[in-house]
Amino acid sequence: MIAVRNLDVVFGSGVDRVHAVRDVSFTVAEGATFGLVGESGSGKSTVLRALSGLNPDWSGQISVAGEAQTPRRDKAFFKFSQMVFQDPYGSLHPRHTVDRVLMEPLSIHGFSDADRRIEQVLREVGLGPQFRFRYPHQLSGGQRQRVAIGRALILEPRVLLLDEPTSALDVSVQAEVLNLLQRLKKERGLTYILVSHNLSVIAHMCDHLAVMNLGAVVEELEVSQLKRHAPSHPYTRQLMTASLGYDRAAIDSFQDFGLSE
Amino acid sequence: MSAAETKGRPLLAVEDLRVDFPTRKGLVQAVRGISFSLGREKLGIVGESGSGKSMTGRAILRLVGAPGEVSARRLEFDGIDIMSASEAQMRDIRGERISMVMQDPKFSLNPVMRVGEQIAEAYRTHQKVPREEARRRALDMLRAVRIRDPERVYRAYPHEVSGGMGQRIMIAMMLIPDPDLLIADEPTSALDVTVQLQVLAILDDLVTQRGMGLIFISHDLNLVASFCDRVIIMYAGRIMEICDAKNLDAARHPYTRGLLNCLPQIDGDGSDLPVLQRDDAWLEHGL
Repeated sequence: MIAVRNLDVVFGSGVDRVHAVRDVSFTVAEGATFGLVGESGSGKSTVLRALSGLNPDWSGQISVAGEAQTPRRDKAFFKFSQMVFQDPYGSLHPRHTVDRVLMEPLSIHGFSDADRRIEQVLREVGLGPQFRFRYPHQLSGGQRQRVAIGRALILEPRVLLLDEPTSALDVSVQAEVLNLLQRLKKERGLTYILVSHNLSVIAHMCDHLAVMNLGAVVEELEVSQLKRHAPSHPYTRQLMTASLGYDRAAIDSFQDFGLSE
Repeated sequence: MSAAETKGRPLLAVEDLRVDFPTRKGLVQAVRGISFSLGREKLGIVGESGSGKSMTGRAILRLVGAPGEVSARRLEFDGIDIMSASEAQMRDIRGERISMVMQDPKFSLNPVMRVGEQIAEAYRTHQKVPREEARRRALDMLRAVRIRDPERVYRAYPHEVSGGMGQRIMIAMMLIPDPDLLIADEPTSALDVTVQLQVLAILDDLVTQRGMGLIFISHDLNLVASFCDRVIIMYAGRIMEICDAKNLDAARHPYTRGLLNCLPQIDGDGSDLPVLQRDDAWLEHGL
């Protein structure tokens, strides 16, 4: 479904040059959930933004559904693939109602049965029709993220790019949103790429994952390997130890992978 | 060390603490009558957003601003009645006896002052010492929070340091007056997991070495359970349960169980996560 080969992203030039993504390659099968995990600054979100067409400055090859992609995308691409962002407080226009938020992609792509689609997608993301004319400030964080997921789904895409979709939410709300994403995937046969810093979320949602550090993929592994606590790269092992909780003895053995502060 | 230990009374005693906000739509009760006590230990306060955990931390330092109203039957720190203390007394307590680490160093440090000077200022506010002495102490403190190149960091401005380092600088600033109680409000939730644990290890060692009390406010139940000695679980301004961190797995309250169960697990089976069912009765029967 998605193939990325030798992806490089560089920002700035001269002394400010940042090599944000270094020679990243991976493939995602149709109907799979692929995880990208790493710490801040590892380049995981940059990969997603290059894939989604939000960041046109990249080199390498990206192909989606067998078609090679250029930095500029046509309308059909955005109908095929949609993105859900991390911060549901920042990604919805504060002065647009839910109705208007959901209407915009429909009118851009020239859908005629907007009314029916809006009602249907609100139902599918677990919000009733009573939410249709509310403003974002009248919604909780979880409800906002449901609207953002609804906005992504309303064009009936085949691929959803999820950038930390639950990291701004309370754990109980996170559980609801993760369940929603799993159900939608089952019902619609979607393909997901999920970016997260949380290994447990990745292990819960994904089949296959890549671990990134300083712009490069350090290891690609099956989730079963993660579940057996058997990643091979020391960086992944350290990330895994750290995500299991506070252990005074283990912390002293932590290494610094890459550039120090 | 202080009077608290010699007389065997707790460092901090809280009884029936309430924080209310009068609004046009009626009274919002952020904290609804909670009671707990703290010795020289690591006490975690866990809850979801809006549970009143941060307000509890602020109320102890009397930092709840208007129109918020704080009341308590007893709010006593080391024999001092916080509720009736004068503003001048509170200024002596804040920083020197009780200090607080906030969530985001980016918004808590002065952006136009070198970080070393901010740390030295924190020391000089409470100790009458020459500038050079304060500078030496600040550099020592930067070393204590494991900053490798303290001379360089001393001269840096807040925007020139990373999030992890900013948080260490905040901790250095809060610890330099050698407080008896440190309140840390989500001190590490903006940090990467490995850096988060390294910062916690620094706090842990300092608590152990200096015999400080620590109130650690967080939304991360697993982290608190592995880091603290005791955990307070808050929901909607009430304490649902207080338990020993190591026995958290055996927690009985349905809210605590719900919070534990809804976390995805690395070795889980990927099936639907149990969704937390809230019960209005919890609002009536806090601890």
